[in-house]
Amino acid sequence: MSARLPAKGLAVLLGCLAVWELLARQSVALAAYFPPPSQVLLTLVTILASGDLLGHVAASLSRFAQGYAVAGALAVGTGLCLGLWRPLHALFEPLIELLRPMPSPATIPIAILFLGIGDEMKVAVTVYACSWPILLNTIDGVRAIDPVLWNTAATFRLGPWQRFWKVVLPAASPQIVTGLRVSLAIALILVTTSEMVVSNDGLGFYILDRQRSFQIREMYAAIVALAVIGYMLNRLFLGLDGWTMAWHKGLTRKEEIL
Amino acid sequence: MLEVRDLRKEFQPLSGSTVVALASVSFRVAAGQFVSIVGPSGCGKSTLLQCIAGLSRPTAGHVLLHGREVTGPPEGLILLFQEYNKSLMAWRSVLKNVRFGLENRPGMSRNQIDAEARRYLELVGLEGFEAHYPWELSGGMQQRVAIARALVRRPEVLLMDEPFGSLDALTRIELEDALLRLWESLQATIVFVTHDIEEAVYLSDEVYVLSRRPCQVIEEIAVKLERPRNQLTTREDPRFIQARHHIFELISKEMSRA
Ligand SMILES: Nc1ncnc2c1ncn2[C@@H]1O[C@H](COP(=O)(O)OP(=O)(O)O)[C@@H](O)[C@H]1O
Ligand SMILES: [Mg+2]
Repeated sequence: MSARLPAKGLAVLLGCLAVWELLARQSVALAAYFPPPSQVLLTLVTILASGDLLGHVAASLSRFAQGYAVAGALAVGTGLCLGLWRPLHALFEPLIELLRPMPSPATIPIAILFLGIGDEMKVAVTVYACSWPILLNTIDGVRAIDPVLWNTAATFRLGPWQRFWKVVLPAASPQIVTGLRVSLAIALILVTTSEMVVSNDGLGFYILDRQRSFQIREMYAAIVALAVIGYMLNRLFLGLDGWTMAWHKGLTRKEEIL
Repeated sequence: MLEVRDLRKEFQPLSGSTVVALASVSFRVAAGQFVSIVGPSGCGKSTLLQCIAGLSRPTAGHVLLHGREVTGPPEGLILLFQEYNKSLMAWRSVLKNVRFGLENRPGMSRNQIDAEARRYLELVGLEGFEAHYPWELSGGMQQRVAIARALVRRPEVLLMDEPFGSLDALTRIELEDALLRLWESLQATIVFVTHDIEEAVYLSDEVYVLSRRPCQVIEEIAVKLERPRNQLTTREDPRFIQARHHIFELISKEMSRA
């Protein structure tokens, strides 16, 4: 989970790229399906410079942001309620246990049925899929709050709101952040998948479209762009996480030593 | 000022028969007194304090503070938990943990709260550690933070649940004397639970000895030793030795009771 690439890891990465490059250069026929990374990179620069890809990137990122934000608000809110109120959790637990293991792309046809093939559908399936890790982690985080901490809040006579802001939310925050991090990747998966199923823009659409029209280099270039976006989003998240959750990192590091 | 009258507490475990933690506990504590409660481990000392603090409802009997029945956490009373490390907020710095004690006091400005928190940190000997996190400190220092957080509210009654039980002997001696100094300057009433007979005698005006479960008070021993107490001379005083001897016999008899 280290944010910085270590030198050895970077060497392995470059080694893989070199092997790919060498293999791809073995024959022209092979290069048609499997273009060397140098050409992929060149194509990526070209389609970025021509502005061809930017619209698709923007469309995908916009869906990602909407879906992720709505899921975050919805799942953290619901998770806090379910975590705080056991009878409510008991009521919904069977439903959660049933829905959670279902592969999320299965919701795409349902969403098309109800919402059509536009942005609403793609945002909706993204919200659905990335709500689960956030919801479950938030519930766990709240329920794992030590009784001693609850009693501390009580003996200092905190009101319900103070208890929520000063104890529940900070105490559960490391788990909530874990859920949010897991969902980051899931959101990108669902955006891309739904764009592949039905769309006329977005990276998912672009990748599949170029494959079908046999523009293999463009297809690879867009895949690389997607990978880089995923990596950068994760880096951004880890940066924010390291900044707000420094106390938790220190605490867990200490517990590991003990 | 504090009166416990025929207090009874039963627990109903998920499986098995009812556990009677407190059979019938009665005692009175006058204002400004330092009272210790000693009893075999598992006899119900923590349960007793939680009932007094209004955190746990007794099955029968009453707790009266200034003649008024305690039904929830009362104003002016703070319980210091046995698990002080879990009671501190890992996401707050030492200073902010102490500030917590005053944050829900109406009519105090941020600056006043800050000044008070710093003053009490100094009183417990933690100046210079304001910016540290609790988990960066030793057990004894964490306990000082918990004590400062409680005392900054200037409680009339302070309930302490085996506060020094897990500390090394030297830290313990230091904190015993620090507590006595603070108690004298604040004129609080302290109910101090311990399983250490010598500690009880050394600190207290009065020691209540509890029986095994189901628990009741078997004897109240007045400790008539001069204050300020001294770790060497007080502990060598014949009256100290006699009180210790007496309580030790009471408890060994209690432990060997079939
Ligand atoms: N929430 C609970 N549910 C069931 N039994 C409990 C609960 N809390 C305490 N007890 C039981 O009550 C007895 C007294 O516990 P406690 O007050 O913690 O003892 P002490 O502090 O003297 O060591 C123990 O036998 C314990 O198992
Ligand atoms: Mg106890």
